[in-house]
Amino acid sequence: MTRRGRVALKALVWAACLAPLAVLAYRALTGDLTANPISFVTNWLGDWTLRILLTSLAMTPLRILFRWSWPVTLRRLLGLFAFFYAALHFSVWLVLDHFFAWSQMGADIVKRPYITVGMTALVLMIPLAATSTAGAIRWLGGARWQWLHRLVYVIGVCAVLHYLWLAKKANPDPYYYAAALVLLLAIRVGDWGRRRVARMSPSPRPSPQRGERA
Amino acid sequence: MLIKQGGDIRSREITDQALYLNRRAFMAGAAALALAPGAARAAAPAGQALPATRNKAFDIADAPTKFQDASTYNNFYEFGVNKEDPARLAGTLKPRPWKVQVDGLAHKPKTFDIEDVLKMAPLEERVYRLRCVEGWSMVIPWIGFPLSALLKPVEPTGAAKYVEFSTLVDPEQFPGQRKGLFNFSSLDWPYTEGLRLDEALHPLTLLTVGMYGQVLPNQNGAPLRVVIPWKYGFKSAKSIVRIRLTSDEPKTAWSKAAPQEYGFYSNVNPKVDHPRWSQATERRIGEFRRRETLMWNGYDQVASLYSGMDLKKQY
Repeated sequence: MTRRGRVALKALVWAACLAPLAVLAYRALTGDLTANPISFVTNWLGDWTLRILLTSLAMTPLRILFRWSWPVTLRRLLGLFAFFYAALHFSVWLVLDHFFAWSQMGADIVKRPYITVGMTALVLMIPLAATSTAGAIRWLGGARWQWLHRLVYVIGVCAVLHYLWLAKKANPDPYYYAAALVLLLAIRVGDWGRRRVARMSPSPRPSPQRGERA
Repeated sequence: MLIKQGGDIRSREITDQALYLNRRAFMAGAAALALAPGAARAAAPAGQALPATRNKAFDIADAPTKFQDASTYNNFYEFGVNKEDPARLAGTLKPRPWKVQVDGLAHKPKTFDIEDVLKMAPLEERVYRLRCVEGWSMVIPWIGFPLSALLKPVEPTGAAKYVEFSTLVDPEQFPGQRKGLFNFSSLDWPYTEGLRLDEALHPLTLLTVGMYGQVLPNQNGAPLRVVIPWKYGFKSAKSIVRIRLTSDEPKTAWSKAAPQEYGFYSNVNPKVDHPRWSQATERRIGEFRRRETLMWNGYDQVASLYSGMDLKKQY
């Protein structure tokens, strides 16, 4: 991909990731945040956190499936936007919903599993966001950096559980997100298995079918 | 930053009862009635003025929620699982003609036409708090009469201990009842709810046909629902087609969907948490800060119905 193509792609990601915030601002200005604005804004930001996070987790599978290289260049940007939305989501809960009622929120974090996993996801995102620079990769060394950034799988699982456990059973939406996460992780596991088989077999004849099942 | 307490704001915003009467809707309804009474009745009467006498015994200091909010922010899964679905999709529900079957353990079971139900007892307006299990609340001026006025004529037998309400099942009228992806169904239809007979006969339990001076909007459970103000909102069944007297505790829609989360009683109780969230506070729609949730949602007169019960176990 040309340099111009890469810049255009990143600009597109910026625009796409900021669009939900723009829509939210527009709805706020036109008084279109439903009868329960705090709940609406919290859910809106939570939905988009999860969508962007899963999109960031879809980049490597795109490379695996289609052998494209460009998706991987968008991982960092998408990951940082997911963190940005998660931080906004948390801030609304902290400031607007509970208005700094620390003791009640503390109790909720301990007692309510959906809040426990939500907080876990947010806290785990902090070191990843902090080490997202090229300098941090050099400082940590590639292998250690990569190891640290595998935390994103834990974050993905926690984020999906957060939604599954807070939504009512009758709402199908969290199951769609869970299915998407399972699919994205399965593609990685399949690829990992395929490469492992390829490495171990004396004559390198990778079998995609066998690999997918691994 | 100065955050005003809700009370400061609300007192100035109390809506006069006369303002509930949407003048234009009233005039349109009156004109339609004058021109063609039959046609007006066949059409969806939501929005038509519904005269009722305010029962001041139930007046509370809390200001009523805006009609716009109470009619656009609804949990009514027959239309969809999102709060805005009912108001958007409610046009498909036909509240006329409508019949409600009252049967089961009764000496004189009967199927009533909605027009006859409306004449069974004088219509009263009562301002009730509504507390949703999700942690938000409203204050709504309902129109109706005590459910007991409908139950007494059918003469429940001595064996009748409970009342079961069933909502209409019709995927044509209720898009939320159509099967979704992978045959997904949000709840097991019909939506059923239940009360102990003494709860059903309690004077607070309101058989409801209107709100804010108008015929009940479809999204709020037209043409006939119950309102049980000391219980979480989901107990108050909407668009009722059947009321059955039973000897056994009826199975209820939400306790079937998630038995460990929703009990039969579901009385508003700030000390008994929902397994997944606290019930200590609530957000009154229209207010910024959360407020403390009141025991029995502030209706202490029902406490005697539950004396001797362990409310933590029988939630």
